[in-house]
Amino acid sequence: MPRYTLNINGTEQVLDVQPDMPLLWALRDVLGLIGTKYGCGIAQCGVCTVHVNGTAMRSCVTTVASIAGQKVTTIEGLANGAQLTALQQAWIDLDVAQCGYCQAGQIMSAAALLAAKADPTDEDIDAAMAGNYCRCGTYLRIRSAIHKAASTKSALFYDATRSEEQHA
Amino acid sequence: MNSDLNLLAASVRRAAATPLDRRGFLKLTGLLGGGFVLAAMTPSLFAAAVEAAPLISSAELNAFIRVTPEGKIVIYSANAEMGQGIKTALPMVIAEEMGASWSDVEVLQSPVNESLFGQQMAGGSTTVPRTWDQMRQMGASAREMFIGAGAIVMEVPREELTAANSRVTHESGDFRTFAQLATLAAKQRVPDVATLEFKEREDYTIIGTAISGVDNEAIVTGGALFGIDTRVPDMVYAAYQKCPAIGGKVVDANIEEVKRLPGIVDAFIVKGNDNVMELLDGVAIVGTNTHAVFSAKQKLNVQWDETKASKDSWSKLANDAKALHGKRGSEPVVKKGDVDAAFGNPQNTTLEAFYEYPFVAHLCMEPMNCTAHYKRGSGGTKDTVELWIPTQGPSRAFGPMKTMFGLEQDQVTIHQMRLGGSFGRRIFSEYVCEATEISKRVGKPVKLTWTREDDIRHDFYRVGGFQSVKAAVDKSGKLIAFENHHIGMQANGQPVIGSGFTANEFPLESIENGLVTNTLFELRTPCGPWRAPRSNTNAFVVQSFLDEVARKAGRDYRDFLLEILGPARWIEEGNIRAMHTGRAAGVIKLAAEKAGWGKPMPAGSGLGLAFFFSHAGHIAEVAEVEVDANKKLKVKRVTVAVDVGPIINFSGAVSQVQGAVIDGLSTMMTQKITMEGGRIQQSNFHDYPVLRLPSTPIVDVHFIQSDYRPTGLGEPALPPLAPAVGNAIFAATGQRVRKMPFSEEGYSI
Repeated sequence: MPRYTLNINGTEQVLDVQPDMPLLWALRDVLGLIGTKYGCGIAQCGVCTVHVNGTAMRSCVTTVASIAGQKVTTIEGLANGAQLTALQQAWIDLDVAQCGYCQAGQIMSAAALLAAKADPTDEDIDAAMAGNYCRCGTYLRIRSAIHKAASTKSALFYDATRSEEQHA
Repeated sequence: MNSDLNLLAASVRRAAATPLDRRGFLKLTGLLGGGFVLAAMTPSLFAAAVEAAPLISSAELNAFIRVTPEGKIVIYSANAEMGQGIKTALPMVIAEEMGASWSDVEVLQSPVNESLFGQQMAGGSTTVPRTWDQMRQMGASAREMFIGAGAIVMEVPREELTAANSRVTHESGDFRTFAQLATLAAKQRVPDVATLEFKEREDYTIIGTAISGVDNEAIVTGGALFGIDTRVPDMVYAAYQKCPAIGGKVVDANIEEVKRLPGIVDAFIVKGNDNVMELLDGVAIVGTNTHAVFSAKQKLNVQWDETKASKDSWSKLANDAKALHGKRGSEPVVKKGDVDAAFGNPQNTTLEAFYEYPFVAHLCMEPMNCTAHYKRGSGGTKDTVELWIPTQGPSRAFGPMKTMFGLEQDQVTIHQMRLGGSFGRRIFSEYVCEATEISKRVGKPVKLTWTREDDIRHDFYRVGGFQSVKAAVDKSGKLIAFENHHIGMQANGQPVIGSGFTANEFPLESIENGLVTNTLFELRTPCGPWRAPRSNTNAFVVQSFLDEVARKAGRDYRDFLLEILGPARWIEEGNIRAMHTGRAAGVIKLAAEKAGWGKPMPAGSGLGLAFFFSHAGHIAEVAEVEVDANKKLKVKRVTVAVDVGPIINFSGAVSQVQGAVIDGLSTMMTQKITMEGGRIQQSNFHDYPVLRLPSTPIVDVHFIQSDYRPTGLGEPALPPLAPAVGNAIFAATGQRVRKMPFSEEGYSI
């Protein structure tokens, strides 16, 4: 099988997988990073959202082969050790989750939004989050939590551009 | 299934009706499966039954509460958490009564053991009403045991002690922490339930506050919680292909070709037992990862024998139903007074209409899955199976483990996993049977994951149906007759879950002349409970139609509803599953007031009101909508008034109401499952969409925290949403929507 090297949450990972293996299943089944979820397999629901070089991507349709050598951040790699990002803390403070299954994907989409726009409007949030389904209907708190994280100036923000050393 | 749900409902009614003397309690525990008797619990019992390694050396106060030497108060949550919030709410009740500080509490999922934890089923919005007294008893008995220990240690009379903030404090100010007292407290006599006193509401410090869910940190950091997250050493991954026409049998398949595909370990035909709740025929594919088995599944060619498979056709059902419009069904299911006299009286105004609603899927974000490890016995030991199941009722798996695999309960270990949504879906266990069968065949632990396509095409659907309704109002504009020809579905001659219109449906309880007749079409497509079964469709029909009637009579809908309700009373005394008309009136008035009912609205905008009583909850909703010339709908705000008694977790309660409204809107707008030739025609989110964030209205929630017993909130806020929006569309446009989903009438959101 081909071997692909990826940087995942700051660590070099060598993956022996088929060329058509989606990142989602390499994360979950090969590396045991189960925080990224399976929802549809066709990039419709957003629960599998991760960052590739800081950009929100649907890992269920992104093959490992297509992103060889690139930098992946998953929900497990968002916090800096025990220090949660302002976004994660806002998710806890506002008790956003109901079942919680889609929330990793929601948070990853929101993190990409905040990295691109530090103080988003409702319209910005609507546009950035429209691809993430929540069957429980937690959308109102998702919107509030993004605003809360954006207003928490002193808290640690997730920085998609930070170096590997900071991750490690 | 029906009998189980009825038993569940009966136990809730009993819980409400039975005074909590000791005899009543014992009777109640008998009904719930036995063993849930405080006095019978001794610490040695728990040590054997509760396999929580980190808790060694901690003191057990009862099955639900342990205190570690460091002062951590561990409270077990015994029921399934699927987003309804009980893993936080029920421990809050225990912590309140025992006098714990919430910051000292750690909540763990309990083992599956109904002899210790009582019934471990979650469903039908019954968990809160069923366990409210039990949780208070657990907390209060622990509090009394701490006070007993404090009296010994401080050498003071127990009457001079109180428990709060994880301490027992003497009136002098002297205190001991729960941690200091825990070992001695655990040795105190377990109080008689009848002697326990519970806190007054005004003394609550935890109940009624807003507390963030206990799993939230794990959720936001990607921790393993859900069934699908299970990883077991030496585990392999499986997919299972069943016949697209439900109930078809496998004749042959390209097994050898599939076995040669990358990452595939094994593939084989499984002969089922023709029980859709257990094991249907199919082909199992086992591999080294989920992608391998999902990919191989796409290359699988199966020759099906569909002779005995479902031939269901939605278009035929719909056509047959339309032909029944205006006719009556079979024997009356409800008959009060004389509707024909009311309809025939020329002084009265009558109206008829025909309503339709589709089948819908559960669409849990986490697809069905189960991890099973079947171990064959050797050298005289028995076979065993270990199961990791995201399920609403873990003990429901014991039945098929016995009948299909010959395993007694002591050969079956079940891990209750968090559910990525359920809404009634995971009351069934067929994916457990499939995973067990596959694990038994391959001799390894197996994680079976359904594809989204499997999940949508092999659901137990919310049943679709039709209602031909007719009503009369008298000269004064008062509703005096209501008739419904309910056109629903049956399986093997029995109404399927969710298909029915009975005597306790609004407005039949409150009017003089009522008639309900039935026509039930025979159906093979499996149906099951879906968030507020029956209510989620009956509310749409009744609350939309009564709005039509009120308008025809020139009445304000709020006033019309209040008049139907009449004087404040329980419809059936002692039955919390029957409405209290005063509570109903209270929420109707509050929702109307908060929404500005009656205020002038701009052109193209409107307010719509609906009330529904379901699952012991009294809920009224007012939707505010804008509709443009292209039927593009904007639901701006939904104002909700709720009476489910005292609120336990304010945060979770608001979430349940907001979620139910958004879920209701999602379903009402676009969701529809159809079947032709027995095959479900939808397969994934592209043809079965969910409402997205930009279309979400503001949901303004108001609680009337009445002094009645608290009841559940997972379901009852959903039913009023569709008629509230439909009535608002009429107010805005003069167009009546009589069919769900509204997209079929040209509306978009």
